[in-house]
Amino acid sequence: MKVLVAVKRVVDYNVKVRPKADGSDVDTANVKMSINPFCEIAVEEAVRLKEKGVVSEIVVVSMGSKQCQEQIRTALALGADRGILVETDEELQPLGVAKCLKAIVEKEEPQMVIMGKQSIDGDNNQTGQMLGALTGMAQGTFASEVVVEDGSAKVTREIDGGLQTIELKLPAIVTTDLRLNEPRYASLPNIMKAKKKPLDTTTPAELGVDIAPRFKTLKVEPPAERQAGVKVADVAELVEKLKNEAKVI
Amino acid sequence: MSILVIAEHDNAELKGATLNTIAAAKAIGDDIHVLVAGADCGAAAEAAAKVEGVSKVLVADNAAYGHQLAENVAKLVADLGKDYGHVLAPATTTGKNMLPRAAALLDVQPISDIIAVESADTFKRPIYAGNVIATVQSSDAIKVVSVRTTAFDAVSAEGGSATVEAVDIADDAGVSSFVGEELAESDRPDLTAAKVVISGGRGMQNGDNFEMLYKVADKLGAAVGASRAAVDAGFVPNDMQVGQTGKIVAPDLYIAVGISGAIQHLAGMKDSKVIVAINKDEEAPIFSVADYGLVADLFDAVPELETKL
Repeated sequence: MKVLVAVKRVVDYNVKVRPKADGSDVDTANVKMSINPFCEIAVEEAVRLKEKGVVSEIVVVSMGSKQCQEQIRTALALGADRGILVETDEELQPLGVAKCLKAIVEKEEPQMVIMGKQSIDGDNNQTGQMLGALTGMAQGTFASEVVVEDGSAKVTREIDGGLQTIELKLPAIVTTDLRLNEPRYASLPNIMKAKKKPLDTTTPAELGVDIAPRFKTLKVEPPAERQAGVKVADVAELVEKLKNEAKVI
Repeated sequence: MSILVIAEHDNAELKGATLNTIAAAKAIGDDIHVLVAGADCGAAAEAAAKVEGVSKVLVADNAAYGHQLAENVAKLVADLGKDYGHVLAPATTTGKNMLPRAAALLDVQPISDIIAVESADTFKRPIYAGNVIATVQSSDAIKVVSVRTTAFDAVSAEGGSATVEAVDIADDAGVSSFVGEELAESDRPDLTAAKVVISGGRGMQNGDNFEMLYKVADKLGAAVGASRAAVDAGFVPNDMQVGQTGKIVAPDLYIAVGISGAIQHLAGMKDSKVIVAINKDEEAPIFSVADYGLVADLFDAVPELETKL
């Protein structure tokens, strides 16, 4: 079966971003960009399904500026077969992204779409669920295990109280949680090979999708900073402070 | 326009997260309706009718909604939600699973995980693991919003007398089914509702050593959490994870044991009232947010803490 994997280009998770001085946006000039970690897990899961013989082709799609090609190439180096870039320099919000993905799904007709549960920049946790709504496909969000058999997928999900297992009719959408797998590193030969894999470019307009933003970011600001407190000498002093100063025990 | 709040419940009981979400609704407007979608969920609906500030409870009692399958509940929420100005749900795993699906059916871009209501269309929400707070203004006709429960003080579960109305919609999309679940059984309080939380990190070295934390927790009536490092290492199950992608907690007292303090962990606990850090590395970033820091070997300090409490 064919799998579609969506990947997002985000500020690397090791970078601590800051608001710009005028509070209009976060400062992302000259910071390291990477594949969103959850998307990397999605790529890895697709590759593992291919290695098991369940999946025959992996198509990876990303949306945004031309530079998103870098993240698509990374996914190709990890084992995806070909890439699609939906290129735009406009602001993308999850609903617009889900609509573009729906258009790609209609063209490619994958049996499964795997994507990260959230991106570590916007922290929205929406796109997979919205793609589910737009396509009518079932969704297995926050997945920690995916088993494909006989036209369905059993997905184990990380929920607040523990784990839940649901069965989805294919085609279906899976969004990845942290413990689904541990992504591999791309080898140098595979990075070289990835440069020759096909990468098509389209645009939201070509897909017939209106990506006009639905919310406006009025300002961004740093959170209220916590001040470091005091160091206590020993456990006795800690207990005394918690009882008499903080009065929390 | 009225506000529709989607209740979090287990059919028998209304979950506390619902009360925090209703608090956020009250910051937006007055006419608050609550949807209880479930199977044999009459008891949860009755509880919702007693909540302060709720004027109407809608009950959709059908097997299709028993396990909160997103495909079924989202359709119901979209069908009902089109008559409301706002649709709110707690930003729990249940809410986060269902709400964006409902929003897309309404052609609405939802606003996730709000921590403050500025006006009926403008909200504050954390982005980049809480390193940045964004103020966003929605231009959609219906605002679909998930609520970070720790940011809103719960309304009272008593004092209301809402009318209860059955909803005659029963959608089974037929594309998903519930197979089973493994829920953690514990006598300790729920992590997100506990007044005191004690969490362990990689420094705990293994799962057995968490027993030390459980002993302290039992003396304090605390819940026990963990950092991602401890969960990834297999010390404890995933539902104990506190952080950007785990649970967000804001107890009166948070005790971090053997946790270095990665920004992803801080995102999940830095709104706690009092933070204690116990770590043998005095350079650990956790000390920069701790009210009380103890530089010590946790294997000495934690047992001693237990005896001194």
